[in-house]
Amino acid sequence: MKSASSVRRFLVRVLNSASSRAHDERFKEEMEEHIALQTAENIRSGLVPAEARRQAILKFGGREAIKEDYRAERGLLGIDNFLQDIRFSLRVLRKSPSFTLVAVATLALGIGANAIVFSVMNALILHPLDVPHSQNLYQLMRGKEKAGNQSFPDYRDLRDRNRSFDQLLAYDGAIAGFDTGGDPSSAWVELVTGNYFDGLELHPYLGRLIHPSDEHGPNSAPYIVLSYAYWHARFHDDPGVIGRIVQVNKNPFTIIGVAPPEFHGTLVFFFPDFFLPMVNQQQVEEKYDLDDRGKRSVFAVMGHLKSGVTPAQAIADLNSIGADLQKSYPAADNDMTFTLAAPSLYGDYLGPPMRAFLTALTLLAGLILVAACTNLGSLFAARAADRSREVALRLALGAGRLRILRQLFTEALLISLVGGAVGLWGSVLLVRALSLWQPFAKYPIHLQVNPGASVYGLALLLAVGSGFIFGAVPVRQVMRIDAYEVIKAGSSGKPGRRLSLREVLLVTQIAICALLVTASLVAVRGLLRSVHSNFGFEPQNATLADVDLSMAGYRQDRMPAMQKRMLDAVQAIPGVDSAGLVNPAPLYAGTVSALVFSDKTADLRPANATAQSYLYKISPEYFHAARTALLSGRSFTWHDDNLAPRVAVVNTAFARRMFGSVTGAVGEYFKTDDGTRIEVVGVAEQGKYHSLTEAPQPAMFLPILQSPSSETWMVVRSTGSGANGLAASNEAQQLAPAIRHTLRGLDPALPLYIQSWTKEMDRPLFASRMAALSLGVLGVMGALLSVTGIFGMAAYSVSKRLKELSIRIALGAQRKEVLQAALGRAFKLLAVGSGAGLLLGILASRVLSSVVYQATPRDPVVLAGVVLAMLLLGLLATWIPARRALAIDPAILMRED
Amino acid sequence: MKQKTDVPQGTLALMVLKTLDVLGSLHGYGIARRIEQISGDLLAVNQGTLYPVLLKLEQEGVIASEWGASENNRRARFYRLTREGRKQLQIETQDWQKTAALIGRFFAAKAEDLS
Repeated sequence: MKSASSVRRFLVRVLNSASSRAHDERFKEEMEEHIALQTAENIRSGLVPAEARRQAILKFGGREAIKEDYRAERGLLGIDNFLQDIRFSLRVLRKSPSFTLVAVATLALGIGANAIVFSVMNALILHPLDVPHSQNLYQLMRGKEKAGNQSFPDYRDLRDRNRSFDQLLAYDGAIAGFDTGGDPSSAWVELVTGNYFDGLELHPYLGRLIHPSDEHGPNSAPYIVLSYAYWHARFHDDPGVIGRIVQVNKNPFTIIGVAPPEFHGTLVFFFPDFFLPMVNQQQVEEKYDLDDRGKRSVFAVMGHLKSGVTPAQAIADLNSIGADLQKSYPAADNDMTFTLAAPSLYGDYLGPPMRAFLTALTLLAGLILVAACTNLGSLFAARAADRSREVALRLALGAGRLRILRQLFTEALLISLVGGAVGLWGSVLLVRALSLWQPFAKYPIHLQVNPGASVYGLALLLAVGSGFIFGAVPVRQVMRIDAYEVIKAGSSGKPGRRLSLREVLLVTQIAICALLVTASLVAVRGLLRSVHSNFGFEPQNATLADVDLSMAGYRQDRMPAMQKRMLDAVQAIPGVDSAGLVNPAPLYAGTVSALVFSDKTADLRPANATAQSYLYKISPEYFHAARTALLSGRSFTWHDDNLAPRVAVVNTAFARRMFGSVTGAVGEYFKTDDGTRIEVVGVAEQGKYHSLTEAPQPAMFLPILQSPSSETWMVVRSTGSGANGLAASNEAQQLAPAIRHTLRGLDPALPLYIQSWTKEMDRPLFASRMAALSLGVLGVMGALLSVTGIFGMAAYSVSKRLKELSIRIALGAQRKEVLQAALGRAFKLLAVGSGAGLLLGILASRVLSSVVYQATPRDPVVLAGVVLAMLLLGLLATWIPARRALAIDPAILMRED
Repeated sequence: MKQKTDVPQGTLALMVLKTLDVLGSLHGYGIARRIEQISGDLLAVNQGTLYPVLLKLEQEGVIASEWGASENNRRARFYRLTREGRKQLQIETQDWQKTAALIGRFFAAKAEDLS
């Protein structure tokens, strides 16, 4: 009863809040009527009309107070006042757009940074793997190194003998040629054990999945389960694919099903195209390791713990089996102890570093938010100081301090909500871009980041929380305002020391900003230089075509002839200057290296090797096509084949290490670890092989006819002249379809991957680019925060000292002196912070130079750039306060106060 | 705000309800006059404070109001008890009497009664 009526009252009041005008009118009318009736009564009892009305009004009581009470009864005071506060705040904020803009931008930065980091964190670590009971799924990590890979026989023994796991399942990754009869391409495959899907408790989206009953020995289960994404992209959601026969490396496989949409293997960032049984390894990888205990080629082993079994018990169980295996197979197995880890980031391999990295990022984002809050706090303090007169006036008119504080908080909250929304919007855009981003074109690696409810919630929480934090900064100021004193005397001119903690924070911020600006300039300069530096080959105007003949079913003996035919065909394409083969492509597709020995060494133990040299298998035209200069001697010919003496071209680092000089190398011999003597017929220029930042490394080139290779990278040089760069790179791009067409003409089943060489250079440059980019982003963030920080401080100092400044002006101070008085401190802080930051930046660049090629802080452009940037920041931040200080008209100010 | 009414709000509300129960439909001034008369000017209230109370009671649904004409033929708001209001009055009257009786007994009690 009571509660029903109070609920009713609440609802009525909420409604009334929306229709306040009509109620105000009603009260006014009732009041008038009341007073009129009372006046009439008073006249009847003998008072003169004027006195009668006066008495009536007195008897009615304080009209405004009653009106407030009436309003309080009518609607919800909170909502009413809140709406009023919002309207007022909006008006106030609109009146000072620069303040509003700076405040919103600052907070957007803080919230945006946190939202992005949290989204990534959420996607990589917090969000569990999309398989049932993923919290209970563990990957086995072997030995002290915590290796994830195991040998298949070991896996089989662990699977059959353990009593801790429901199912122990395993998979391995591979790349294979995939041909549905149209456009053959390479695809990423997961070779899985028969119990893979059953063990992960997955159910098919279409058709069926692979089961243990499919396996009956090597190559017995030619079945494929497509990933949902690959089915969608390649087969356009066609349900008719079930039962279709496709070619994997020229072997027929039947598509039996499609995996559930949310499942893409057990690694969060890797997206395989399809799954097929591991027993068919030989057809996919040209090898069969399933009976070889020494070959640890199973990529990962994992399983669900049985209910009631703790990880510790499972480890004990595995270790006892491991000890037994070690005893039985001493040659193949050692260090067979196990630990368990979550499989989503490949256990202990990527998990801890990724977690550490993300924790560092979270801390950084948190720091950015704290800095943003500090800056906003001083901005709000400056505003509160500016408005002490307004506040005093309102206090004098009877407003409660709480009401005034609430209004200030409303302003803070409005700023925080708008800033939060802007930050969130920006972060969602960025995160979407991040999800689409595939850093390495050839690999199915990307981050699936979906900013969900938790991210929005966090952003809102952070925004409101920081609103309260920076809104609280001026509270003490407002509480201390003595209305009487302020109105009588004007703003208190007490010059007392400002919060020194705030200054320390500001200097730290400026220093960090300068550090980041220095580092990002160093990185960008280094990057610019490295893009145009000498790699030992020329990526411009060249196209790379990756051809793996084994994927198209070629055997060793047929490869050389086919490779020759491919080269001849491509060279005949109009616009092609030259074409050559190399494996692997330098700086891109990994490296192969071999131990080399001096010709005099008889004992070919690894300890006696003269050098470890990178090894490239090339066709005769490679040097010409890649524009690698030969310093002396000759290149290969097609006569350097199986029947001819073994020859090699080495680079200068090789020649120096092996023979002591470059000039005398031609005609000398060296040995490989199997004792083969190889004659050096030429010396090529030094290049970059593994990374751009490496020291000069020895490398040797062997003719492909003497060291056959199934996978080759064809370097196709277009005739475009170097002078006309843009036209030439277009020409190189137009070559791609012609190359594809020509090669398919030779064999329609060739899986091809064609890309311009400059594009492929993205990968070796990836680290430098990422470093430059992230430092740049951080630098801009740091700069923005420093600007708002300095702005807040300068604005505050000018507001506090308006009176003092105006006296100075009245006494004849010049502009320069006024500026010095008003902003000297801000610039002093800026100078101290920048100096410290620059120094730190120069020290930090040593670290940077290991990531970014040719990064050096001993660069006048960098030093000048930093000083200029910090000066600009200072000018930008103090522009508005400075103009305000200069615009002081002492006559007006001193008359008013 | 400065000069709070001497009468607790609940009491004033109860007086309003009883007044309307006895006199039927009445406007704000009438109610104020009536309470003044009965209390014998003991209640030196600001008459205006009555209006927030009336509004609260109306929002609780125990009284209703409509526009009508006052003695001097001007528009005035007339209040009357609703059915719910009558029930509420009954309950609150009983409560009040119980409380009053209880307090009365306490005041009547002597030291020996409490030992």
